[in-house]
Parts: sequence; structure tokens; C-alpha cells
Amino acid sequence: MAKERVLVVGGGLAGLAATMQLAEQGVAVDLMSLTPVKRSHSVCAQGGINSVNDLTRQQGDNEYLHFDDTVYGGDFLQHQPPVKEMTEWGPKIIDLMDRLGVPFNRTPEGYRDQRRFGGTLFKRTAFAGATTGQQLLYALDEQVRRWETAGSVKKYEFWDFLGPILDENGVCRGAVAQDLVTMEIRTFAADAVIVATGGCGLIFGRSTMSMACTGSAVARCFRAGAKYGNGEFIQVHPTAIPGADKLRLMSESARGEGGRVWVPRIPQDPRPPKQIPEAERYYFLEERYPKYKNLVPRDIATREIFSICTEDGLSVEKDRLCVYLDLTHLPRESLNKLGGILEIYEKFQGVDPREVPMKIFPAVHYSMGGLWVDYERTPAGGLKLGAIKNQVTNIPGLYAIGECDYQYHGANRLGANSLLSCIFSGLIVAPTVQTWIASLKGKLAADQPAALYDAAKKRHQDEHNAMLKRPGGGENPYLIHQELGNIMTKAATVVRHNDALRDAYKQVQALEARAAKCSLSDTGNWTNQNVVFTKALWDMFPIAKCILKGALQRDECRGAHYKPEFSMPGIDASASPEERRRLAEEWVDTFDANTKKWLKSTVASLGPDNEPVITYEDVDTSLITPRPRLYGLVGADIIEEVWKQRQAAKSAAPKDTNGSHSEKSAAAAASAS
Amino acid sequence: MIQSTSHDSSAHDTHHAPPAQFTVRVLRQDVPGGSSYWERHTVKRENDMNVISVLQRIAANAETADGEKTTPVAWDCNCLEEVCGACTMVVNGKVRQACSALVDKLLVDNPEEIELRPMTKFPVVRDLMVSRARLFRALQKVKAWIPVDGYYDMGSGPRVSAESQEQAYPLSQCMSCGCCLEACPQYTKIELKQEEGETAEAFQARQKEAYDRGFVGAHAISQVMLFNKHPTGAMNAGERLDALTAEGGIQACGNAQNCVAVCPKEIPLTTSIGRAGRATTVHVIKKFFDR
Ligand code: SF4
Ligand code: SF4
Ligand code: FES
Repeated sequence: MAKERVLVVGGGLAGLAATMQLAEQGVAVDLMSLTPVKRSHSVCAQGGINSVNDLTRQQGDNEYLHFDDTVYGGDFLQHQPPVKEMTEWGPKIIDLMDRLGVPFNRTPEGYRDQRRFGGTLFKRTAFAGATTGQQLLYALDEQVRRWETAGSVKKYEFWDFLGPILDENGVCRGAVAQDLVTMEIRTFAADAVIVATGGCGLIFGRSTMSMACTGSAVARCFRAGAKYGNGEFIQVHPTAIPGADKLRLMSESARGEGGRVWVPRIPQDPRPPKQIPEAERYYFLEERYPKYKNLVPRDIATREIFSICTEDGLSVEKDRLCVYLDLTHLPRESLNKLGGILEIYEKFQGVDPREVPMKIFPAVHYSMGGLWVDYERTPAGGLKLGAIKNQVTNIPGLYAIGECDYQYHGANRLGANSLLSCIFSGLIVAPTVQTWIASLKGKLAADQPAALYDAAKKRHQDEHNAMLKRPGGGENPYLIHQELGNIMTKAATVVRHNDALRDAYKQVQALEARAAKCSLSDTGNWTNQNVVFTKALWDMFPIAKCILKGALQRDECRGAHYKPEFSMPGIDASASPEERRRLAEEWVDTFDANTKKWLKSTVASLGPDNEPVITYEDVDTSLITPRPRLYGLVGADIIEEVWKQRQAAKSAAPKDTNGSHSEKSAAAAASAS
Repeated sequence: MIQSTSHDSSAHDTHHAPPAQFTVRVLRQDVPGGSSYWERHTVKRENDMNVISVLQRIAANAETADGEKTTPVAWDCNCLEEVCGACTMVVNGKVRQACSALVDKLLVDNPEEIELRPMTKFPVVRDLMVSRARLFRALQKVKAWIPVDGYYDMGSGPRVSAESQEQAYPLSQCMSCGCCLEACPQYTKIELKQEEGETAEAFQARQKEAYDRGFVGAHAISQVMLFNKHPTGAMNAGERLDALTAEGGIQACGNAQNCVAVCPKEIPLTTSIGRAGRATTVHVIKKFFDR
């Protein structure tokens, strides 16, 4: 009798967690990755991993508050049950990783040390030096190696996933893939395919993401009919080191220690920065925000740095946008505190930031959006574990987990939550896949007609052969990629305007047409990185268009999606109390109307004309009522007052069918203050 | 005159302005076991370049210094932050990560050209890409993992003192890059050829056997010490020491200490090797008396 087999695509935290869990349950796994799994992008995560713990619990913390912080941080755009379940699993996941040998930092007494990170007052974040992602990944890599040694996992490293194979009923029965060394194309029969291929930063040219993060695997599922959710939500980190090849994360602590941000008043002043006199330097954050100065909140810092370069044209360099982050005036003690990050800068820029102002610029960092996946909730509002619907895309048998699903972070991701969501979704997909396989009632992939696989293989082989035979003298895929990156970075990162987005969409369409005419500089059939890159480039376009179209259509500000035209200004502090009250009432009315209109998941699918078609889906916010994010807004006090009074009035009102629900919401609203 | 402390990234040294362009000499090889040949490329200098961005420009240009059409040079990379280990190669004669090899610095040392070669201790796949399967096989051989009972919730792991965490953490940063193996005089290349008619499986099995007879290398010895020090890992310390006393184990180490000098993560490899040496000696004696 044939035995069940599962194909996991991608060997970062999510893919490895799923693999080891499936292996433990006795399911045979093929694990496919572009790189040896130990080299996956998860190694780049520095900060840590969040969960409630014994210490924070005694300070009043609990899973519900972590849940609340996560959905509040995500501007309420996530379905709440999966997030609730994830935060409840947090403590268990840290314990498991601890048992697997992750060298978490320790307190003097030998307990796991924790620190504060990302939008919370509690020390919820466990960490292992400055390389938590690497350490977590290694622990899972080691477990998977153990299963591999035992024979229950077979790795296919240096393999490129070309697409899922669907039977005549639209059920996923395996995948086609290509060996990056021999260029062999073959099929993998699988009873479930789990895609865990991470983010799509390369669509923006350079980002903080690794070179494997092209989004191509996801795009290939999208082309096969999978839906893509919340594409327009892309997290941008305010301070990164702009290298020629990649943007490297720079911790924000440099501003915290007294770093000053400036640009030369003369655009692209050629003088070395230290020779530019004070009077000719524009300390734009200090001038524009006399109260907060360089310590303005993260999103404001990001936008100001971005627009001083793009709109005011004051970038330090012409071709590569950046501003100075100056530490050279600081005393040695403050600089010593920053030790680690100064070394990173020095290592990759070759200059000492104690002597020369650093150059920094915001960088695309995380894709909140991803493949649309389903879930099944329990009456209590959690996830029904092992339910056949969890983490499944709209294609039966095709699953998505980790950064490449859209499920956990809504409109913006909380710091130190990504590692948690990756491991969590990886662990919970395993029992679900087993339920799915059981439902197949023995009609396994191994028993499917060979014609199904042969046809899929032939299609991809023909496509590949045709690519190698493309005539010379056409477009250069590497240059097209640069152009795509420039368009996307300009139009669809920090600040978004409708006319610019519309324009960018057209440019991307034109670029896609040009990309179809690429010529290859390598037409061989051995380790041909040229053809692999060109294929990945082609597959960036559908996702790029999902991002642009989603952003264009969403006329509001939510989380990482900021459109100044639709921002809701605060309330004039000098107005009379009555006037302020009236304005606050109005503000809350607008907020409610906006919630009604836009608190919806963006769901894209590929239309017949190869362009994304977007629909909107309601979000399950039944556990915590969405509330305004008022941080840093002028007039926040009065708006909050009005908001609370209305919530109180709502819960005091005679109970309708949904009585218990509004009570809970009021409690949630109160706990947030 | 500029103050001595004043630098600009576009001109590290005011006396030698960096050149507008430079030559890159790449040792290429089309197929495994094939012959290698040098190819020269001219690359325009840009600010903040590293060897990865040089290779990206070469790929985009696909033309030699003499203006001949050529194929892009194949190479391996992922993180570009010196944390994944993928991009290891020999740059100007030194084994290191290409992503942290800065062009301006390389040009200060050798203004003429930058020389790129693949590592010599691993079979070349193509150009600068090598197969490090043997390196990962060594991690299997020494059982570099914590053999937990399972993944059900069993509470937290053992308490660990801050001091042992501080010892374990550096060892746990090994990114399997292979620098220590490239530098090691005892680690010699093992390259097999798939025989005509041999299946992929049979070939892989034959490779494994050959790898297992070869020296495991400093990285794997260090991993043994990492796991043997962990309270749970220590329960299986003997199995790992068995692996280190088998053929290709620690006895092959000639203590030349080249490994520790090239490890980009500054892992105290010779300390690990010293400890492993003592532990295996005790282990062997103990086993002898326990018979
Ligand atoms: S000390 Fe041992 S492992 Fe290190 S380089 Fe010398 S022989 Fe190789
Ligand atoms: S021990 Fe150091 S040099 Fe050797 S593989 Fe690990 S990180 Fe690389
Ligand atoms: S690309 Fe990861 S170490 Fe250089």
C-alpha cells in the first residue's frame, strides 16, 4: 500500500517546525528549499520572540493582553481567533525551544531572561544574544537533521518550487520543482503541499530580506489559483544601512542614545559630512518636531526620512537615497552602549560611525500580506486544533505557513511576533494535514494516474526549454529587476498617493511586458542561475500588482499603509472645550464609518486577463472591538473620552442577540487605556 | 588639509582616491571535475560595494574585460549579513564571506585587482559554488542535536547558569560556512564521480561512506562540545564521543590551529578541540574498563 507523503516547501522556522512535527507523527516528509535549510532567512531575525511568562504574569500580564497588543498593533485587520490561539501557545513554544537547546540569555539565577520589545510595557521577549532567529532556526534545523538521519525526512536543498499540481477536482496532489544544480525538472507526488517560503522583499529591489525572498513560490501558487491576502501591507523599518546589494537592519537604539538625523542643506553636497558647517546642515526632525526631536515615533521618523529624500530631494547621495544619522558628537560612554550595532555598521560600510556620520534609510522589512488561508474557530474564540481548514489556502491540500501566509499580523506586525507566528503556524499545520490525509480515505497521491504528473512536468519542461532558446539582444533581467524595485520602493512603501500608485501600476505592467522579452546570458543546462533568476523575476509581477492594486484601492490609513490624503488629523488644542467636544464626536463618527468600510481583508485572485482581481472579506473581530490608535495624535484625550462614553453607552443598552459580545468588547476597550 | 579623524565613505584615504573601476579575476569552472580557467571582468566602482554586489554587476553585464560575451559567474549567497554562511569563497587568497568583503578595503590592499576563487576543500559545482554536503553530513555523524523525548508540552528546559549560556552561545553561532575546513591542513578534499549506471541513491550512499571516513573537521568537534555541555545533551555525550573516536574523528586533528584563525564567528575552536581531546581520552579509557 502506498504511504502518505507531505511536501514542505521552504526550510525557515515555519517549514522546519512543520517538518519536525509531521516527522514525529510518523508522516514521511520531503523538505524542499532554495538553500540548505540552515541558511534560511530566519537567521536574520535579531530581536527575540514574544510570549507571556512567569514574570510578566505576576506583573498583571496574561495571554489576553498579548493577544490585545497584537491585534491593536495590527490595527485590527487580523481574524482574531488564530491570533488568540497563537498568543496562548506562546509560553509553550518558548518552553519547547528551550528544551531543544536554544541558548536563551539567562538571569543570574539561571532562568530565561526577558526584555521589553515592540509596543508593550511587559518584558515579554525571550532572546539569545543578538541572533535569536538564528538560534531558533538552528534548534529546529538540528531536530530535522535528526529525523533526516533516521530516514523520515528527505531533504531537497537547492531545489526551486515551480508550482503545485492540481487534479481535475482542483485538489493539490503534489508539485513540480527544479534542481538548481542539474536543472532537472521533476514532480513530487504529495498528499499535502505546505508552502513556507517567507516574504517577498526582493520585489522592492533591495530590502532587509535575504536573496531567497523573491516571493516566487507564492506567486506560483497564486498563478495556480490560490488567493493572496492583504498584499498592500508591507512593513518598513525606519533605519537600515543602505548597501549596494542589500539594506541591513540598524537598531533604533542609535537614535535613543542621542543620534542626530540631518541632511546637507545643499542637495547632494559633495563635501565630506564633517566639513559641512552646522549652519549648512538641516536637522529636519529637530526643526519639524521641536518637542520630540530625533525621538519622534517610529512611523513618523520613517515618513520624514523618506520624504526629505523623495519629495524635498535632499538625499545625501543622488542615486541611493539616504540621510545622515550622526553619532560623532556623542561621548564615548554612550557610544560604548551601542557597541554591537556600531560594529555591524563598520563591518559592512567600512567606516567607523564614531568618526563619520552613518548613512541610513528606511527599508522594506516584512510582508504582513501573503497567501490567504482559512481557519476554524472554537465557540470560545480560539482555533480548533487539527481542523481540516486551518492554514489551508483556497486550494484543498495546499497549505501556507509563516511569513508567506497573511494570517497573524494584520496591517502591521508587532516586534518579536514574527518568530512566534512562524513556529506556531508550523506546529499547528501538522495535525491539520493529518486530518486532511485521513479524509482522503486512502486515495493518496501515490495512486494518482501518472498522466497527471507527466503533464505537469511536460508543461514546465517545455517552458524551461523555450526560455533557453530565447533570442539574444533582448531585455536584461537584472536591470528590469532594479527598475521594478525602484518603482515599488517609490510608490508603495512609506507614503502612498493614489496618482503615484496608478502610475506605478502602469509602469509595472509595461515592465512585465518587457520582462517577457528577456534574453538569457546563460543558455546552458548546468547550475544556470540566470534562468532561475529570470523565472523568479517573472513571478514578481503578479504579487507586485497585488500590492499596488490593494494599496490603490484602500482609501484610508491603517497600520503600515499610510495615505496622507486619507489620514485623520487630530483636534486643535486651542479650540474651546465645546468645539473640541464637537470635533471629537465628529472624529469618532468618521472613525466608525471608516471601520465599517475598510476593516476588511483584501483578497486578490488572478483574473482571466492575468491581472489581480480584488474582493474584500469581513474580519472576525468578535473578541476585541476595534478601537482607534491615538498614540501621538493631538487631541487624543478628548477623542478617547468620547470613544469610551460611546462604548459604555453601547454596553449599557438593552442586550440584543449579541449581548455577551458587546460586554466583552467594553472590557477590552477599558483594558486598553 | 582634512583633519586626520575625518573620513568619508567615498574616500577612505585622502591620499589614494579609489579608482573609478577595477578588475576582478575569477577562477571559473563549468562542471564538476572539469578544468578551471581564469576570467577577467571590469567593474565600475560604486560606494559601499562588497564582493556580492561585484558579482551582481558581473551577472548583469555578462561580458569579460575584453568585451567578450560570457555567462554570469555562479555563486552562492543568501543573507548578505554574514550570518547564513552561504557565500564563503577565497577572496584575494583568504577564505571568507563574500558579503562582508568590502571592495574599497580590498582595493587598498591590492589596488590592481580582486581575485575570487572557490574553496579548494569542497567539490566545485560550478564557478564559485561548491558542494558542502560533507560538512552537513558531519553534523549527522556526531549527532549534533538535543535528543528530546518529543514535541509535546513538557514544561521548560533545564535551568542553565548564565555562565554556561555564555560558553554555549558562541559555539551555537557556527553557521556551517566551512572556513575552518578550508584552512585545515588535515581536511582534504573528497570528490567522487557518479559512475555510469549508478543511481542517485547509490551515489549518495557511496558519498556518505567516503565522507564518514574523512576528517569531521573543527566545526563538528566544536558542536560536540556544545551539545555535550547541555544538561539534556550530556545524557548522550558518549554517542557523540564515539563518533569523535571513530575513523575521521578527532585523532586526525594535527592541532595546527589554522581553523580558529579564520572562523568569522570567532568561535574558540581550539578550546573546543582541546576539551574534546580530553573528553574522548577519558571516554575511551572508561569504555575499556566498562567492558
Ligand atoms: S587545529 Fe585541527 S581542526 Fe584546526 S586546523 Fe588544525 S588540524 Fe584542522
Ligand atoms: S566553526 Fe566557524 S569557520 Fe567553521 S563552519 Fe562554523 S562558523 Fe564557519
Ligand atoms: S550571504 Fe550569508 S554569509 Fe554571506
